[in-house]
Amino acid sequence: MLDVLAATGQQAGELSSGLKTVGAGIVYGGAAIGPGIGIGIVVGNAITAMARQPEASGPVRTTMFLGIAFTEALALFGFVLAFLLKG
Amino acid sequence: MILGLEFEPVSRLVQWKTLFGSGPFAPTRVTFQIVLSVIIIIAFYVLASRKKALVPKGAQNVAESAYDFVQDGIILQTMGEEGLNWTTFLITLFSFILVLNIWEVLPGFQMPVTAHIAIPVELALLVWVLFNFVGIKSQGFFGYFKSMAFPPGVPWPLYILITPIEIISTLFVRPLSLSVRLFANMLAGHLLLATFAVLTAGILFGAPPVLKIGAVLPFGLLVALTGFEVLVAFLQAFIFTILAAVYIGGAMHPEH
Repeated sequence: MLDVLAATGQQAGELSSGLKTVGAGIVYGGAAIGPGIGIGIVVGNAITAMARQPEASGPVRTTMFLGIAFTEALALFGFVLAFLLKG
Repeated sequence: MILGLEFEPVSRLVQWKTLFGSGPFAPTRVTFQIVLSVIIIIAFYVLASRKKALVPKGAQNVAESAYDFVQDGIILQTMGEEGLNWTTFLITLFSFILVLNIWEVLPGFQMPVTAHIAIPVELALLVWVLFNFVGIKSQGFFGYFKSMAFPPGVPWPLYILITPIEIISTLFVRPLSLSVRLFANMLAGHLLLATFAVLTAGILFGAPPVLKIGAVLPFGLLVALTGFEVLVAFLQAFIFTILAAVYIGGAMHPEH
């Protein structure tokens, strides 16, 4: 009886470690959707602006990099959290 | 297991052995890299400013173009004319982060120092203390908090919603995101390069001889990713510096 309980406890330990890995995968997968779309929107609008007025390319490019940094940070929070979850 | 090859767990990449001594203050190879970076930067700028020729050449040319880049590309775009006094601080910050990031692709070391969370946290805390101090000095203690927590031009019932969001976003999210952005970019690059290097070595040394030619694929990707990592190192240093400039510039005059 006790060894059945011990075997179940050990399997539960493996199950929880497996679930943690799945959880880490879901965390990063979910965190990468929004910033992917967001960066696409930012860069697309920056390309339109640079095509309309090529002499404003410098400030537009600087603002584009700033926008990319802000949105990419959200995806990276998910990445760090996935690593923290996996232990 | 791929092709019958065993790989070590990823957590082995983030454990460090100390050079001598033990405990939390024992030096590792990364400490040695930090000291080397400081010596390199000081030596470069001192050597570059020795000649003072009118038409610059060599090291003086590189240092002057870096100075112009920080002034025209970062300060004049975000802080305006009155931010020109901050050039020295921002060029030091930019050079420090750039040299610390470049250690990722140098053979023999190949570990970006900023992949340890301590360095980005320390730099982000420095920028946080600076922009709060500049804000308090130029607008007074209560004036600064009033303009940060209660942005003008908003009908007053919305302040119940906006003020907590503004306080959390300015006082907590800014240093957190600044440090995590730099740290996670460098850590992700380091993990990518390590993964492909281990895969190439595993296939090259562990697979049966007829399959050894398959190591060309991860090796080609490793070469391409190393080039990409140089771009990411430069970009992350630039973004950290320009965000520091935006925060300090935003704290200098009240919101309009």
